[in-house]
Amino acid sequence: MIAGTVDAIRRGELRARDLVEECLNRIAALDGVLGCFLTLDGESALERAARIDEELARQRRAGGSAAGVAPAGARGGEVSADAALLGVPWACKDNICTRGLRTTCASRILEGYVPPYSATVVERLEAAGAVLLGKTNMDEFAMGSSGENSAFFPTRNPRDTTRVPGGSSSGSAAAVAAGLVPFALGSDTGGSVRQPASFCGVVGMKPTYGRVSRYGLVAFASSLDQIGPLTATVEDCALVMEVIAGHDPRDATSAQVPVPRYREVLGRDVKGMKLGVPREYLGEGIERGVREAIDAALGAFEDLGCVVEECSLPHTEYALAVYYLVAPAEASSNLARYDGVRYGLRVGAGDITGMYSHTRRQGFGPEVRRRIMLGTYALSAGYYDAYYLKAQKVRTLVKRDFEEAFSRYDLLLAPTSPTVAFRLGERTADPLSMYMADVCTIPVNLAGIPAISIPCGESEGLPVGLQIMGPPFAEATILQAAYAFERATATAPWRRGVGSNG
Amino acid sequence: MAEVRLPGGGRGGVPAGWEAVIGLEVHVELSTASKMFCHCSTRFGAPPNSQVCPVCLGLPGVLPVPNRQAVELAVRAALALNCRVATYSKFDRKNYFYPDMPKNYQISQYDLPLASDGYLEIPVGEGSKRIRIRRLHLEEDTGKSMHAADDIVTARYSLVDFNRAGIPLVEIVSEPDMSTPEEARLYLEKLKAIMQYCGVSDCRMEQGSLRCDINVSVRRPGEKAGTRTEIKNLNSFRAVERSLAYEIARQVDLLSSGREVEQETRHWDEAAGCTRTLRTKEYAHDYRYFPDPDLPPLVLDPAWIEEVRRSLPELPDARRERYVREMGLPPYDAGVITASRALAEFFEETVRAFPQPKTVSNWVMGEVRRYLNEHGIDPEEPGDIPVRPGHLAELLAMVDRGTVNMRVARQVFAEMWTSGRPPAEIVREKGLEQVSDEALIEKAVEEAIAANPAVVADYRKGKEKALGFLVGEVMKATRGRANPQVVNRLLRERLGPPGQ
Repeated sequence: MIAGTVDAIRRGELRARDLVEECLNRIAALDGVLGCFLTLDGESALERAARIDEELARQRRAGGSAAGVAPAGARGGEVSADAALLGVPWACKDNICTRGLRTTCASRILEGYVPPYSATVVERLEAAGAVLLGKTNMDEFAMGSSGENSAFFPTRNPRDTTRVPGGSSSGSAAAVAAGLVPFALGSDTGGSVRQPASFCGVVGMKPTYGRVSRYGLVAFASSLDQIGPLTATVEDCALVMEVIAGHDPRDATSAQVPVPRYREVLGRDVKGMKLGVPREYLGEGIERGVREAIDAALGAFEDLGCVVEECSLPHTEYALAVYYLVAPAEASSNLARYDGVRYGLRVGAGDITGMYSHTRRQGFGPEVRRRIMLGTYALSAGYYDAYYLKAQKVRTLVKRDFEEAFSRYDLLLAPTSPTVAFRLGERTADPLSMYMADVCTIPVNLAGIPAISIPCGESEGLPVGLQIMGPPFAEATILQAAYAFERATATAPWRRGVGSNG
Repeated sequence: MAEVRLPGGGRGGVPAGWEAVIGLEVHVELSTASKMFCHCSTRFGAPPNSQVCPVCLGLPGVLPVPNRQAVELAVRAALALNCRVATYSKFDRKNYFYPDMPKNYQISQYDLPLASDGYLEIPVGEGSKRIRIRRLHLEEDTGKSMHAADDIVTARYSLVDFNRAGIPLVEIVSEPDMSTPEEARLYLEKLKAIMQYCGVSDCRMEQGSLRCDINVSVRRPGEKAGTRTEIKNLNSFRAVERSLAYEIARQVDLLSSGREVEQETRHWDEAAGCTRTLRTKEYAHDYRYFPDPDLPPLVLDPAWIEEVRRSLPELPDARRERYVREMGLPPYDAGVITASRALAEFFEETVRAFPQPKTVSNWVMGEVRRYLNEHGIDPEEPGDIPVRPGHLAELLAMVDRGTVNMRVARQVFAEMWTSGRPPAEIVREKGLEQVSDEALIEKAVEEAIAANPAVVADYRKGKEKALGFLVGEVMKATRGRANPQVVNRLLRERLGPPGQ
């Protein structure tokens, strides 16, 4: 879809400015209810799109080739006319830094914070010609699974506005599902791209740890965080991945592995592919409707000639506990810098200690405070070995489970979430039930492997997501399988609601 | 100022009947062009907050990328201190809140340091003593707070300069192998010399590029070590020695009167000359160290470590031995000159142009060091010594040839120090060539004898010292240029032996 849009813009059949305007109109009409955006940058976007149109028109008049350049907007450099995302509007999760544009992490503590630099992914997208419309709502500091932990307002699920869109990339997933933007970026620490993709009926990928630069992503849990795209289709996902993936000298954890042309593998036959289905992901706690949709999806893969077998990841049951030690421990350290000294909220109160505690108590919401306390405890003298160190050891076991499974299977299939989107307020009083929403996605982050969530059916009229997991740097294989499934189910009745942008 | 009075009979600042157990933690800023994890400059003395970027300010979303040069300098330091360099080490976060620390954690190395198990030798009496080094690790420096009062608690406001934040440091932890304040100072001096020799750091204590914390306890000989205290805020070698003498006396005094030493961190008050409680054990930080997830482990190739080892220059001990062996310098002179790399370089360059090492050494030990001390210069940068080695060699050659006498030479040296001009030029301009022309000197001798009959009488009565006065008069008359030997000879010829 995006590729077609770019072609139309390049040929002059569609004006980038009109496309931006159409998105802004849709946002104006729908976002009052949905609450996807925290900050809109419509004027800059329109200006940048207009300049792209002018430059393209100039080149066409001059009979120019694709070698020319179009000047870009405030945050963009110059853009080549053959740029992959020329004129395509997009939205950015509000924990990814954008130079000159407010970046709050949906937190009071960064309410007025304007970064002096852009994240590497933002620079790459701008170099590819994409046009940023604004910053999307999220659970504060990416801590949450429903979007309700935003310090400002919750986001609603476009498929049913009484339901949550999932989280923490709530605004990004809902914005794509509602057709407000062709694509958005999210971040995934324990499922924060995949789970909202599943709840909203869109495609969301968590790349291999190190595949996409984290430079400029406000850290939650550094050893787990990855930026990933939310799109309407698998092909769009592949396209955005081609732009954002790759080594970044500013991120010491980013991988030096070459980036394949992901779109080239789409459409390749998946016949003979060996797919494992870990039984631990289909046991207790999985809703019946979800189970049925997954079963049907497994059948579709068999029809495509894949070998689908049950397998086991025996340490799965410990993953949630490991995650809730490792992630808060890292967060307690990562979030220490929000102290009122240099930027963000400052609540003065007598001496320096008073300023620290008042700033942080008023600046952080309850879930963030809970996790900082959990993490501080897990790292404290006398508890470190029993909690943090033990968790790291079990994390290695979880990782080994996957290595073992991938010695026998090309990919693994599982539900993305044990349930469909739940109602707003349904789980806010019970953190543990909220944590369970990520039980199927967390092991992937612990192991650092890539995974995608794609729509695979409906339950109670709400989307169900299929999670496809692969070994490190096997994004291409994952996309190949996802694309094959998408094509095979193109006419399925549950598709009517999917990607319902007008 | 309250100087500590020590009970008599002790050894070098340790009261008799007691032993001190001393260990040092030294922070050395590495001489890299850019900071540990970003590209900002490390230049000292720039306007506050002018050498900062999103990374060293700890802005949301930034990531650290290790400076290769810092790793290499740290490895050099480790090898020069005879440490075992780990081929696998890692970075950890040390968590605590302080406004001069942008992230409220410091990137350091905890349980797997870059290097361990080294040593250095300090001179003790005629021989030397080996001080073991437990570990050496890499970390980033913090910013600098300036309080509008004595400390952050009582200050109405505080200002922070982040220029220093993120400058690479090595922390070098000794074993508690020192037993007197003097040994602690000698250890620190040797450490500084080694760091300067291998180009790791300029080690300027007054600029904070060499900083030191001390752990000290006392015990009765043969007993196990007592409770130790930590001393902070030491800004000079003198402070190291003085604070230790004070703290040892304080601990001995407590224990002798049946009281106990508290395990605590104490602050050295330079003006008052005493240590004061900074924080007690209950308020010790829990740093919650854990591996920094933003930084992959530091894996070093053993072949590369060997390459660094081969590139190490001659270190102070080796150089001192060479001066004794090849140049025939007394071990003491060789030790003093090699304690500073810059001084040793100055010495060698002078010797190259004027190959009489002992003469050069006398000048370096005498005039050169005297001027450095008078001007408060710690000669570690080229150009810090305003006299060029070639010029000093020229001056010594003039003395050697008899062109100028020693007295004039000192006068010329003073002029060289202030103007940096070559000695021949100064001598020519001021007409300072030595006068050995006997006719000319004879005239001055006659005049001196004629003008001072009383002194002459004294001399004749047997007062040998009276001759010195007459020599002085003759030198004065010739503006110091007369050859003193000739003056002496002529005076004696005129006056005959004393007492006649």
